[in-house]
Amino acid sequence: MLHIKCPHCGMRSQNEFSYGGDASVKRPELGKEISDEEWNNFVYNRKSLRGKHWELWQHLSGCRQWIKVERDTATHEIFKTLKANEEIS
Amino acid sequence: MQKYSIFSLVKNAFSNHENWDLAWKDPTPKSEYDVVIIGGGGHGLATAYYLAKEHNITNVAIIEKGWIGGGNVGRNTTIIRSNYMHDDNALFSEFGMDLWRKMSQDLNYNVMFSPRGIINLAHSDAQMNVYARRGNSMRLNGIDAVLLNREQVKEIIPMADFSENVRFPIFGGLMQPSAGTARHDAVAWGYARQADSMGVDIIQNCEVIGFDVSGGKIQGVRTSRGNIKAKKIGLCVAGSTNILAEKLNMTLPIETHLLQACVSEPVKPVLDKVVTFGAGHFYISQSDKGEMVMGGDLDGYNSYAQRGNLPTLQHVLTEGIAMMPFLSKLKMLRTWGGIMDMSMDGSPIIDKTHIEGLYLNCGWCYGGFKATPASGWTFAHTIAQDRVHELNAGYNLNRFNTGHLLDEKGLGTKTWIS
Repeated sequence: MLHIKCPHCGMRSQNEFSYGGDASVKRPELGKEISDEEWNNFVYNRKSLRGKHWELWQHLSGCRQWIKVERDTATHEIFKTLKANEEIS
Repeated sequence: MQKYSIFSLVKNAFSNHENWDLAWKDPTPKSEYDVVIIGGGGHGLATAYYLAKEHNITNVAIIEKGWIGGGNVGRNTTIIRSNYMHDDNALFSEFGMDLWRKMSQDLNYNVMFSPRGIINLAHSDAQMNVYARRGNSMRLNGIDAVLLNREQVKEIIPMADFSENVRFPIFGGLMQPSAGTARHDAVAWGYARQADSMGVDIIQNCEVIGFDVSGGKIQGVRTSRGNIKAKKIGLCVAGSTNILAEKLNMTLPIETHLLQACVSEPVKPVLDKVVTFGAGHFYISQSDKGEMVMGGDLDGYNSYAQRGNLPTLQHVLTEGIAMMPFLSKLKMLRTWGGIMDMSMDGSPIIDKTHIEGLYLNCGWCYGGFKATPASGWTFAHTIAQDRVHELNAGYNLNRFNTGHLLDEKGLGTKTWIS
């Protein structure tokens, strides 16, 4: 079982969390011309990295906050967690 | 190639079965091939077989990082079905059903195809309506479908929970009588043996390091066993698709996720159908050895681990016990995991790419095993003719740009959500 350190609540079991996908995906900026390709990349295309992967999780059965987690997709090791509004360094 | 038959079995019995031919050779890679297939799983092996058989292209190599049949073709729950509603999925899968029926004779290899039927259980009136609609769509496409009421289901699978006070009562189900199971390893080995006998080189322990592309055209592949030139290259690597796509500077509408399956200890024959739970995600059948073969949800996060975590397994088996309470008495024999190429609409991709001579076969989600023959057949056609067949025309990569998604389950882009 994964143990995820929620930046708000501390170390909790995977059962309390729900997965939200790749955290590096950015919605195209509003207020400028957006090409089909940009939309396509945002909605569908994913790198799906093998190794370190920044991803979104929601602490659904806890504080209900969205958080960012850096996890290895091959070993499931978790390196770092951030609040949703903190930038990935 | 030695033909397998009762006579060859008897003949070899006299020499203590010590003189059987090798089922396939272990060649050193040549420097150049007409077609290189990357991935020695079911789909890759089937593709090579149909390239040789249907298109007379035999200067072909299959390169495989590990050993053939060691990935998802050896890890699935062996279910074969074509109970799809959308035309593209239904016609493709039903074409595959026909290949399944002939496969043992075609390959001279007993794949133990067992068309025992599949029942999708319904647990509400609304779900019965949905199944009636799907069943009608199937029948319009020439696929057998029978809508069963509660009593009819009870007659077929009396071991399911038909008591009064259950959270998800069984209202009925949709049955495809011609669906079934097959011996998954035999499928890989049967295709490998026939492809090898027609001249295909099966090269194992050969990892792809990179690709040579120039002038928008594929030139070859760099591997751990040397550089191999190729006029055409087909990718058939399921959960590893994104790893190879990155080497080609391509980003695809695919995420790699983890799916677990498990078998119980073997018991006497109790279940002669494949059954799926309709109020969650759980499916079960009984193997010829007597093990209950079970599976369900993805673990739900990106993973290349090929091994799962307990919370998902517990969740899946809770559904199983809700459906068939006797399962709680059984001991677990094995659990394992495989990595799935989850596409963004839940349907596969068999297509050409923007690189000339590079072809893509991926996005099978957790339904790749049943598609093995049809996938190999259509992918071989796409590679040989350099154009898609009408059967896989709907499985094009461009549908994500144009909005012509094949969203059978209506889940949107997060097909890994359960």
